[in-house]
Amino acid sequence: MSQAARKIESWGSRLGVIMAVAGSAVGLGNFLRFPGQAAQYGGGAFMIAYAISFIIIGLPIGWAEWTMGRAMGQRGLHSAPGMFAHVMKQSWSKYLGIIGIIIPVVIYMYYVGIEAWCLGYAVNFLRGALHMNTAEESSGYFSSFVGIKQDGAAMHFSWDTMLPFLIIVFLINFIFIYRGISKGIETVCNWGMPALIILATIVLIRVMTLGTPDASLPDNNVNNGLGYMWNPAKLIVEVQKDGAWTEEKQLVGAAMLQNAKLDIAEDSSRRIREITVAEQLLKPQLWLAAAGQIFFSLSVGFGVILCYASYLKKSDDVVLSGLSASAANEFCEVGLGGLITLPAAVAFLGLAGVAGQGTFGLGFNVLPLVFSKMPLGQFFGAMFFFMLFLAAITSSLSMLQPGIAFLEEALNIGRKASVAILGFITVVGAGFVSWFSADLKALDTLDFWVGTFLIFILATIQIIVFGWVWGVEKGFKEAHEGAAVRIPRVYRTIIKYICPAFLLVIFTMWVLVNVFGVNFSGGAPQISSYVTDLFINPNQVAWLSVVLVLVFAVFLALLVSKARAYQKTTSQPDSDS
Amino acid sequence: MTTSGLLIMIASVGTVTMLFAWCVWKVLCCPEQTDNVHGVVSKHTPDEAE
Repeated sequence: MSQAARKIESWGSRLGVIMAVAGSAVGLGNFLRFPGQAAQYGGGAFMIAYAISFIIIGLPIGWAEWTMGRAMGQRGLHSAPGMFAHVMKQSWSKYLGIIGIIIPVVIYMYYVGIEAWCLGYAVNFLRGALHMNTAEESSGYFSSFVGIKQDGAAMHFSWDTMLPFLIIVFLINFIFIYRGISKGIETVCNWGMPALIILATIVLIRVMTLGTPDASLPDNNVNNGLGYMWNPAKLIVEVQKDGAWTEEKQLVGAAMLQNAKLDIAEDSSRRIREITVAEQLLKPQLWLAAAGQIFFSLSVGFGVILCYASYLKKSDDVVLSGLSASAANEFCEVGLGGLITLPAAVAFLGLAGVAGQGTFGLGFNVLPLVFSKMPLGQFFGAMFFFMLFLAAITSSLSMLQPGIAFLEEALNIGRKASVAILGFITVVGAGFVSWFSADLKALDTLDFWVGTFLIFILATIQIIVFGWVWGVEKGFKEAHEGAAVRIPRVYRTIIKYICPAFLLVIFTMWVLVNVFGVNFSGGAPQISSYVTDLFINPNQVAWLSVVLVLVFAVFLALLVSKARAYQKTTSQPDSDS
Repeated sequence: MTTSGLLIMIASVGTVTMLFAWCVWKVLCCPEQTDNVHGVVSKHTPDEAE
């Protein structure tokens, strides 16, 4: 089937493509991961590193993806293998592009499950079935809902298991992806994104008016929640053990400080210490956390923006569109996520109830308990989790499109056939992740090696290709074609030198910390559990997860090697050069 | 919440809100500069033939 005979798709409106890219970026991380990270590293210090990372990583990689995607789309290429082959002019480069398909499709395999959790919690709140009294009850419900205790434990039909919601969510995704770019993805994002912002704003107003819900616990209030999130200097109580001082708890607010002073007045083994902004900025972990948050939050390095931008026309703006999509994501993350989650949790559970919680812990253990204690919590809980579901579905749809575009190109088939093939692949993958649910081992393994490690690799490749292979001058000329605003000149230097160098430093640090277990605080290194699961104390599910990815990679490589569309791209002259 | 915490919160939330609002205004209110996107160009589709 020739390219001309295939349906040539494009976006229906300028706002539509911006909403779609913003929808792809806005996800659970905006409302659950960002607040936890900011609070852990001290709001002020974290925000400095976060803003710098946004300027030198987030914006330039985003603009590079938008520009390359639109340019390659003009040549009929909508997926990373063809795009890389065309730009790099090397036959091996098309195999490098496979990473741009593996990442979104494999992430979809577990993300669709998380999306089902959100819908399940929203429905169960709405029907009044979720009313938690203790933290144990809340974590127990989550454990049984997703099947953490035993493989396959959540694979039966019930209101209180993920399976029915997984099937519904899966069908919704494929119905809309089948409808295409404009009628499917764009329609969902045009409705979903404004709805998400409205729902989040309503929940935000409710949280900001909570005050001190329980007068007998005056430290548990919204003001302390905001302080926990945003105070630049951290006040901590330290305890001396074996000659070393270690953190015991954090203090927020005058009353907590006063009480702590009284408590330790006659205890020489305890002290109160202030960790200043400067002290926090000197910690490598803070920079790693801030850069990582920007990186994953903006969806750069996923291969999604490349694909979405390839459906733009030559004169369509990419500079303002890229900035707008990033700004929408930041508004949801900082302006909404930064004000909702932790203040609500601290107001009802106190600092002790939220400290040290990860993304899932905060979202599915802490918050259900918070909504259970909140007046009209049934209504607000349903609203909050439905908002998370909207954030998730606009992201999951974006993960399918690169795979659809690749299959259409590589096999020269229409959308119906490519949707069917990708549907089969993702049913197998999502089924695998959902069945091997014990300790969320499959999900965790895939998220680490594909959802984090490979994203670093792809983003680094992309920025090097844009800045060095394509060339900054050519890249800027291409980016400014039809642009409504101009990229500041300083970004020539940032894209060519600073961004790749910063990425390589952050990636190296990430590998040292998360793979080799290096402790920058001075403790003994401890090999990561992800490495242990594969090589030191092999875990069957971890290995099966890696095998799943490798089999998929081999399948994609075979398609790439046979695809006639990619055999031509390496020999085609670049019309702009 | 300390005064410096309040200032950081206002600066952070204010900056992203203004940036987002400026982008929305620029996209929606300057269509002559920015609205270059057109609708779907449909040719013969394989699905029609099936």
